[in-house]
Amino acid sequence: MSSTTAGVLFLGSLVLALVLTHRPLGDYMYRVYSGTRHTRVERWIYRLVGVRPDADQRWGVYARAVLAFSVVGVLFLYGFQRLQNRLLLSLGMDPVKPDQAWNTAVSFVTNTNWQSYSGESTMGHLVQMTGLAVQNFVSAAVGMAVAVALMRGFARRRTEGLGNFWVDLVRGTLRILLPIAFLGAVALVAGGVVQNLQDPADHTVTTVTGGSQTLPGGPVASQEAIKELGTNGGGFFNANSAHPFENPTSWTNWLEMLLILLIPFALTRTFGRMVRQPRQGYAIAAVMGLLALVSVALTMTLQAVHHGTVPTAVGAAAEGTEARFGVLDSAVFAAVTTLTSTGAVDSFHDSYTSLGGMMTMLNMLLGEVAPGGVGSGLYGMLVLAVITVFVAGLMVGRTPEYLGKKIGAREIKLASLYFLVMPALVLAGTGAAAATGHGRAGMLNSGPHGLSEVLYAFTSASNNNGSAFAGLTVNTVWYDTALGLCMAVGRFLPIVFVLALAGSLARQGHTPESDGTLPTHRPQFVGMVAGVTVVLVALTFLPVLALGPLAEGVH
Amino acid sequence: MRMPTWIRGHLAAVRALLVLTAVCGVAYPLAVFAVAQLPGLEDRAGGSLVSAPGGRTAGSRLIGQSFTDRDGNPIPRYFQSRPSNAGDGYDPTASSASNLGPEDVVDTLPAPGVEGAPSLLTQVCARSKAVGDLEGVSGARPFCTPDGVGAVLKVFGARAADGTVRHPARVVSADQACPAVPFVREYHGVRVECARPGEDLAAGLTVPVRGGAPSRPRVPADAVTASGSGLDPHISPAYARLQAPRVARARGVPVERVLEAVRHNRTGRALGFMGEPVVNVVRLNLELDRGVGS
Repeated sequence: MSSTTAGVLFLGSLVLALVLTHRPLGDYMYRVYSGTRHTRVERWIYRLVGVRPDADQRWGVYARAVLAFSVVGVLFLYGFQRLQNRLLLSLGMDPVKPDQAWNTAVSFVTNTNWQSYSGESTMGHLVQMTGLAVQNFVSAAVGMAVAVALMRGFARRRTEGLGNFWVDLVRGTLRILLPIAFLGAVALVAGGVVQNLQDPADHTVTTVTGGSQTLPGGPVASQEAIKELGTNGGGFFNANSAHPFENPTSWTNWLEMLLILLIPFALTRTFGRMVRQPRQGYAIAAVMGLLALVSVALTMTLQAVHHGTVPTAVGAAAEGTEARFGVLDSAVFAAVTTLTSTGAVDSFHDSYTSLGGMMTMLNMLLGEVAPGGVGSGLYGMLVLAVITVFVAGLMVGRTPEYLGKKIGAREIKLASLYFLVMPALVLAGTGAAAATGHGRAGMLNSGPHGLSEVLYAFTSASNNNGSAFAGLTVNTVWYDTALGLCMAVGRFLPIVFVLALAGSLARQGHTPESDGTLPTHRPQFVGMVAGVTVVLVALTFLPVLALGPLAEGVH
Repeated sequence: MRMPTWIRGHLAAVRALLVLTAVCGVAYPLAVFAVAQLPGLEDRAGGSLVSAPGGRTAGSRLIGQSFTDRDGNPIPRYFQSRPSNAGDGYDPTASSASNLGPEDVVDTLPAPGVEGAPSLLTQVCARSKAVGDLEGVSGARPFCTPDGVGAVLKVFGARAADGTVRHPARVVSADQACPAVPFVREYHGVRVECARPGEDLAAGLTVPVRGGAPSRPRVPADAVTASGSGLDPHISPAYARLQAPRVARARGVPVERVLEAVRHNRTGRALGFMGEPVVNVVRLNLELDRGVGS
């Protein structure tokens, strides 16, 4: 079998697996979030936390709970890293320095998992396991909770209540993330991912030729599974999913991609069930699938034809890829990780062909909506659907409606504000870095590729992705601080706008469909949303892309 | 005493984080750890260790190793791994990729007070030449000079509207440090100079020269590129086949015996379509040490 056929089958099998899982998992999540019964463990947790699980929260209360939980998460994680040398299983690591601890804390709480540190030389086992991995669970559950609140906004009528954040958080973690992550982790161990509490210092071996090698260890499998499932992406080791102890075989590579895509796609089904029109969910899934397939196919093609000087000299875009994965499967992973908000990597994007590398950036610049991060992808796509309905309404001169809700001035303002946050952060951040010596000092490559490195960093942080053109030296006070701010604002400001939008939708009654209502479940609408997404991104980012990857890739 | 609502919200947040930390940060990893102790999973969770002929642990089958001597030269009786950027090579405490881009073609030549940094192109060319010399085949590649560095010109002069330089004032072969003989004598009628270390060539137009090397070189792609982790335990079957005759010679055994060991350690694509076929270098070399010409 040729590499191309194998690559196409690899992608095809992934699509098939998603088609098969999307419905049962989506239905299950619908039952989780709309059920009224609490399990005994959950009731016990609510008592410990001190919240009343049946109290419906207004959007402002819901948003405050999200923010409070996240602020506490940042403080806790910051303190944990600063004190790690006094705790168990620190492996003798020093406290993480303040700017890096801030950056890492924000990074994991915002579901970004940008890493300016190298796991094997910075973090002890306890910080990884009970600090970073915990945020992998709960930051994902927060994203899902916000998406569910927006779904309720569309589904409910004449109410202030969007549900209860604490209930959504606990159910998402206990009933959805934990069981799937557990199964995933056991499968990964079967593939060779390590799961131990070994101190690497006790694990130095004499190699075949008589040299010495220190084998790393740690609770990797448990962290790896939730890293993918929660679209987090923070590697246990510096090399992330390229590391053989994180991703040992070609089939674990496939499994990790499936875990990444599983929940973001299935949530469209949950959405369809929530609004009691499954076909609306299929339409959203179709937009996501369309954008994703085009992007993945382009990335694979650009990597396969390996345009550019070094790839031509090599005869393949093989630099930074693992032999067991090959160029094509690595390209699929690169597209999947940037189309979602994951940011895990199984090959290094900095060494990709100029245009292949640009695809990974474009994927993030799309706003990570195809299918996006867990929860964040769905609410991002629904905001784009709202904008599309509005644009279509302008064309025919009617008050736009979506799912029986009028899209009035307040709704479209919130949707527009949501959309503007990310470009503002990316462009202002890249501009500031290019204008200051601190920003320019970090570049590894020179010329347009150096700008690409910086653009990639701010794109990744502002979109809460976490992958990198890793040549850039980001462990400096300037980058740790600036990127930390981008991650925090890029995550929480949009969340506040989404919840405000949800509140405003829930207050409305139901507007019955009329002849003038734009059907939002037909291919026409799917094409329009995809078109609006691409046009908005192209208009916003073409100039800066022309200075970076396009300048490098087009001779 | 009644606390303001916003403080109570934060207290709930603190308690929620602590409870979820106990569940996700302690109970969950320990549960995975417990299952990983089951027979069949235990050795994998422990790192898939392999042992050398004497029975001592010699590493992991998943983590690549260097098969070079103290000076970094390949030991002929062993199959060689891919180039690595993990520390000094295959150092698992420093997994890393090169992160150099596709147009990284101009070297920083070492000069007094300046630490040299070869471009990715020169690294590829140098590895190709070294592997070609070791295995007795041509190490020629596109965009590489015969002496194994990047074939890249820096062209100085007025730029035309399309960005090219039609009438160069000066041309330097950027990656060939003096006194090397430039890979081409002339460019647009101007004599090509070798590069003087320390000189700033940034103003010149970068022109990589493809040359006549075949687009499918004899030395395979994985032999001249570093992996993402720097710990890749595998090489391509093509690279293994290229090395087999040299290993057989060094061990004084027929090449068929070595090729048989290569086949034992070859893994095809999972389910026939996932990934690429590979040969595990660590296990292959251990098998050779266990019984082939040792």
